[in-house]
Amino acid sequence: MEGDKMDNPIIRVRQLTKMYGDFTAVDQLDLDIATGEIFGLLGPNGAGKSTTILMLLGLSEPTSGEIEVCGTDPVRSPIAVKRLVGYLPDNIGFYESWSALENLILTAQLNGVSYTEAKGRSLSLLEKVGLQDVAEKKVGKFSRGMRQRLGLADSLIKEPKVLILDEPTLGLDPMGVKDFTSLILRLSREEKLTVILSSHQLYQVQQICDRVGLFIKGKLVADGPIQGLASRLFQDKPRHIQLKVHQTDTQRTHRILEEMQNMKSIEQKDDLFLIDADEIIVHHVAKKLVEHDIHIIQLQQRTYGIEDIYAHYFEGGSTDDAK
Amino acid sequence: MVSKIFMLIILKEDLPMTLNKNNNLYAFSILVKKEIADHIRSWKFIILLAIILLTCIASLYTALQALKNTAPVPNDPDAAFFFLKIFTTSDGTMPSFHLFVGFLGPLLGICLGFDAVNSEFNGRMLGRILSQPIHRDYFLNAKFIGALTVIGVLFTSLILLTIGAATLLVGFPPTFMECNRLFLFTLLTIVYVAFWLNLSILFSVRFRHTATSALVAIAIWLFFTVFYPIIINIVAKAVQPNPYASDAEIMQYQHFMLTLMRFAPSQLYSDGTNMLLMPSIRSLGPLHMEQLQGAIPSPLPIWESIKVAWSQMVALIACTIVCFAASYYFFMRKEIRC
Repeated sequence: MEGDKMDNPIIRVRQLTKMYGDFTAVDQLDLDIATGEIFGLLGPNGAGKSTTILMLLGLSEPTSGEIEVCGTDPVRSPIAVKRLVGYLPDNIGFYESWSALENLILTAQLNGVSYTEAKGRSLSLLEKVGLQDVAEKKVGKFSRGMRQRLGLADSLIKEPKVLILDEPTLGLDPMGVKDFTSLILRLSREEKLTVILSSHQLYQVQQICDRVGLFIKGKLVADGPIQGLASRLFQDKPRHIQLKVHQTDTQRTHRILEEMQNMKSIEQKDDLFLIDADEIIVHHVAKKLVEHDIHIIQLQQRTYGIEDIYAHYFEGGSTDDAK
Repeated sequence: MVSKIFMLIILKEDLPMTLNKNNNLYAFSILVKKEIADHIRSWKFIILLAIILLTCIASLYTALQALKNTAPVPNDPDAAFFFLKIFTTSDGTMPSFHLFVGFLGPLLGICLGFDAVNSEFNGRMLGRILSQPIHRDYFLNAKFIGALTVIGVLFTSLILLTIGAATLLVGFPPTFMECNRLFLFTLLTIVYVAFWLNLSILFSVRFRHTATSALVAIAIWLFFTVFYPIIINIVAKAVQPNPYASDAEIMQYQHFMLTLMRFAPSQLYSDGTNMLLMPSIRSLGPLHMEQLQGAIPSPLPIWESIKVAWSQMVALIACTIVCFAASYYFFMRKEIRC
């Protein structure tokens, strides 16, 4: 895996396993995360993302394996780790009858900050996340988006080196997601934060993550930049080309295609051709067709994105492919 | 509004810098303050506080009235202990103070503890608090210490206010002996309420729903206050010796019944308070005539009184500690994830 090449990872996980009774939530996980990167933990519900996060924080004890966060073992000294890691749980709870400011001050004080400084930090963070106008309002009256922003402020108040966000955009509307992800991106670049973001939503991950790790059934089946991930995962897969021509040209097109090399299969539905090939041959096909003066309506090569990666693994695609 | 102001004072008060350096202690004190503030601001506590205050004031008032109107009996060894009598006397219209506390104290303890852990777990605050750099047990300890502080302040001030009012009314202060006994009585009351507090905290760790833990705790309280005496009566009927039985048999029967009764925490509490507040009591069990022969009807010194109810008090403290230890054990092993 790519992670092994990293020189000085801020988070290092080796052979991490967590069992709940007979159920293996996390299975022999190896993971490295570099300082300053935004890493996306991607996977369906119950894949072991939250469990991994809890173990990184020392909130849950691993059955076996090693973890190192900022050079510290969270199992042995969870407090040192928790001082450096900000955590936004997937469904954050605040004291509903307290104001946003009071909630933040409490968190800051639990980090050993005096009241005066806690108040200063809270106010400046509330401004950063755009909640300065409702600082004195009770959290019970906050909307989902406001809570999530407050949660981000709450996880940043200890001035962490690593920020762990568990499903941060769950339940937000599309505009809310966009605002929130750009906020995370901006803050992480400003503060030079390492961000770990778990999600099962594809697009937010695609937009802001430098690297993603794909979790299935407690295993990290693949990791790397999204683009590279797709090409590596699908390098052995046939290329699908979709071709649509004018109805009068279908007969001729079929003949031309059959003459071409490297074709694995050609499927025809009236004027629509679905071609499977071993190599990328779109330009060959286009050239040939233009030479024969065929009226092309549509010619498209299917590219693999994160959705395909997802579908590939979730639809019971063999997990051995990636290794 | 009052609670809001109180909250502000609690939050604003900065601890001295020496504590600041000791990060752990500072964080713990913050958690305890948060607990106290939460209790004081919560409606359930305010309502229960009002009930307890009203009933206690009423019972103390009737006691003072009764004491004012009846001259002490010449041979009463407790006559010298006026301030102790306030808490045990009643004119028949209201139960006395210590009976009221024995009855309502558990309810207060349950009210402060039944949702201690599970409400924060369900509201997802637990994960957020525990992801801060504090030891895990701080959370549970703060829950206990916070509630205990509230209980302690409540009963201490209640008893001190009563003594103050009584002093104003009768014109002489309590003696040193009385003060000692009242101090121990306050401690015993706090331990008794703390037992119910810990029991309900234990349920709040074990049960996910606040309703379940509240109902289980109240069910246990009801069982001991209402059904346990009924069961004891049934058992008593069944094992009753016949009227011509020997003295030894009757003694044995009495001892057996007392042992059964002492399984109820309220019985332990009332044994303890009786000993502390009525210095003339020499034994909590039956006594032979020959044991009483030659005894001078005088009050016991405080240490002798404590000795009589020693096992009851220790049992109560032990129950409290066992409950807390159990909730500590379960809390430390609890998975944070929902």
